[in-house]
Amino acid sequence: MLIPYLIAWVVLIGLLGLSIFTAYLPLGHFHPLANFGIAVVQAAIVLAIFMRLKDPPAIKWVFAGAGFFWLLFLFGIGVIDYLTRAGFPS
Amino acid sequence: MASIRPEAQYATLEQQTETAQLGMWAFLATEVLFFGALIFGYYIYRIAYTDQFILAGHDAKLVLGSINTALLLTSSVTMVAAIELIKRNEARRAATALYLTALLGIAFLGVKGYEYLQDYYDHTVPVLDFVLKPHQQPPVELFWLFYFVATGLHALHLTIGIVAVLILAAHTRSGRYSAAYHSPIEVLGLYWSFVDVVWLFLFAAIYPIGRAG
Repeated sequence: MLIPYLIAWVVLIGLLGLSIFTAYLPLGHFHPLANFGIAVVQAAIVLAIFMRLKDPPAIKWVFAGAGFFWLLFLFGIGVIDYLTRAGFPS
Repeated sequence: MASIRPEAQYATLEQQTETAQLGMWAFLATEVLFFGALIFGYYIYRIAYTDQFILAGHDAKLVLGSINTALLLTSSVTMVAAIELIKRNEARRAATALYLTALLGIAFLGVKGYEYLQDYYDHTVPVLDFVLKPHQQPPVELFWLFYFVATGLHALHLTIGIVAVLILAAHTRSGRYSAAYHSPIEVLGLYWSFVDVVWLFLFAAIYPIGRAG
């Protein structure tokens, strides 16, 4: 019964290793992107398996998705200022 | 087994359990925005002061942060183990899994405390004792301010989780929950793993930077 969770744990620890490994690679500006990307994959695994989003009822998706939906607005509208303001940082 | 019947407003126990879980998800949605704004702010400044943030990140304790990530990921396994065990009416073993979960959480806080102490020795604690090293400029202090606010808020969430897990472990041991009714454990499991998710993003933002070259 715990096998799927243990497989997920092994993958998550593997991704942690990958994240540590990327720290020592000369990735330049892609560093934050690589680390954030790995965190997104890890979070998706935790949400789907440990938080059982993959199981019914599907209405859980509406509630779980709402937070991330509004986060898009927060990020989207938040970033407009910085993308359009000349000379940031001053 | 007095609590085997649903509360008056629910038709079935399943409906009650489902409602409780959706309630926790609604709360977690607000938490996504809470921590999301914090992490968004971090990345804005990371882009604005890339070089300084890389210099600052070099002093973050990668080994301690990695150990803590592994501890939290493992605690999510023991948490779901507790849920699976109570579903099989194995209350004593479920309680043990919950105690183990709390123990892993306490171990995380212990490592975190040790890390804070090391940070203090390194003079990287804004307000208390902060000294810029060669080539460092004021944005380095911004990085450390984010570090303490974010990890502090996370530790507060984890502390609340540990207390709740310990209470539920005692209740589970005393036989309050069974395969028929164990909604509080499922709901707390959501909260616990969410605190885990938050940490994954904090780890990505704080630790694996400033090592190359």
